[in-house]
Amino acid sequence: MEKYMTCVACPLGCQLTVTLDGDEVISVTGNTCKRGDAYARTEISCPVRSLTTTVKCEGGIHPVVPVKSSVPIPKDKMMECMKIINSVTVQAPVSVGQVVIHNILGTDAHIVITNIN
Amino acid sequence: MLQYDLVVVGGGPAGMAAALRARDFGIQNIIILERAETLGGILEQCIHTGFGLHYFGEELSGPEYAARFIELVEDQKIEYKTDTMVMDVTEDKVVTAINKEDGLLKIQAKAVILAMGCRERPRGALSIAGTRASGIMTAGTAQKYVNIDGYMPGRKIVILGSGDIGLIMARRMTLEGAEVKMVCELMPYSGGLTRNIVQCLDDFGIPLYLSTTVIATHGKDRLEGVTVAQVDDKLQPIPGTEKYVECDTLMLSVGLIPENELTRNIGISMDRITNGAVVNEMRETDCEGIFACGNVLHVHDLVDYVTIEAQIAGEGAAKYILNQQEQNVQYVHITAGNGVRYTVPQKVNIRSKDDIKVYFRVGQIYKNAKVVLTCGGKVVSSKKKIKLAPGEMENVIIPDEVLNSLSDTDQIVVEVEA
Repeated sequence: MEKYMTCVACPLGCQLTVTLDGDEVISVTGNTCKRGDAYARTEISCPVRSLTTTVKCEGGIHPVVPVKSSVPIPKDKMMECMKIINSVTVQAPVSVGQVVIHNILGTDAHIVITNIN
Repeated sequence: MLQYDLVVVGGGPAGMAAALRARDFGIQNIIILERAETLGGILEQCIHTGFGLHYFGEELSGPEYAARFIELVEDQKIEYKTDTMVMDVTEDKVVTAINKEDGLLKIQAKAVILAMGCRERPRGALSIAGTRASGIMTAGTAQKYVNIDGYMPGRKIVILGSGDIGLIMARRMTLEGAEVKMVCELMPYSGGLTRNIVQCLDDFGIPLYLSTTVIATHGKDRLEGVTVAQVDDKLQPIPGTEKYVECDTLMLSVGLIPENELTRNIGISMDRITNGAVVNEMRETDCEGIFACGNVLHVHDLVDYVTIEAQIAGEGAAKYILNQQEQNVQYVHITAGNGVRYTVPQKVNIRSKDDIKVYFRVGQIYKNAKVVLTCGGKVVSSKKKIKLAPGEMENVIIPDEVLNSLSDTDQIVVEVEA
């Protein structure tokens, strides 16, 4: 099977073709440098993304405060994480780096606040 | 009248970095005037990460990037006023501002740094037929509604324009449970960063239609749908390609305009391509002692470059105030040659004692092209580039010894050799 993706390791944006045998990567083509090869293999085995959103915040200047995942989380768990984050309300004052949710969905990522309010 | 050495108009990333650099050079008496409730500028609503990779070597969210500078401004005890709107700046550097606390403020400055940023092109700038139904807004307005005010502006979204804010909002709305039906882009390429196309659209299966635009909006009180159509190579809609798309929200991400009303009022010379002031290598305008930096000078794709540019302006303003500017000034205009839309700075002092980095943007996508710098008829550098795109700012360096060997009748040209 072949999978197609755009490399984001640099602004070049190479169009990669990944040849797969089941879950195993047979080859990566279309990349200009070896970072493209590594990017493609990670995207196939365990694609991760930084998650940024807001949580409800009571008693501050604004009704929500921005948060991020402390480390990237598996791409397929993003929507599930959003449900959990949207069920939480924090109380002002809040500070940058304050942890709202520990180890969300067992991903080892914490949801931390990124602004004061 | 109040007296300050340096007045900085705007407390976003440009204004803060400029003020901090001027302080580093020994300017004590500085004030930053900011229109919003807090320092930080547009970064406050840019809650996604990706800021600071160049400047800090780490990936920060917008508020975190801003916070680093806000902390320094506080630590350095640089004075600032928020909720304060600058109404006028004169050639003689008298700044008029208003706020609720002080009423009308008049400040005599020795130098002024203009760092007002930019704003989005509004719907009125496009000729889309239709009523004024609610649900049509710029992507940045929607971003403020969701990320600062905490509510969703709609559920079924069409985004016109594939600039970075549009792409970021496509992901943001999807994460919050909205359905983003499509992103339409008038041009045959996206103006957004590749990373954003992959991580904001491809990740969520949101289609990007190139050479496509919105030609009509439908609905009376609330938007009910839009008509999209493909465009030809003259960007005109192709009859027969119209398609109705049901949606309750149309977000526009169709370009940014430097906010230069104050600059124009002073009578400063403007660049018709950047819509910002014409500046020299220290980002000084043709009005002595008035500098400009950040998105008010030209729209940047990365805040990291805004910071670097603002530091140059801060240093320039400090040297102007301290009377340490280069006295022997002979300007040569930099020509944006083949394929280059504009350069910043637009002119350089050939007596400069430092290498000058010239930033520029290309007008279209090039593959395996060369960036050629010619000074006084001689090729100074010819750099091979695998890819050049309008969305990515590029730069070339003019070494000081090359500059110093030029005469004021010589030409400096930056161009692309395909």
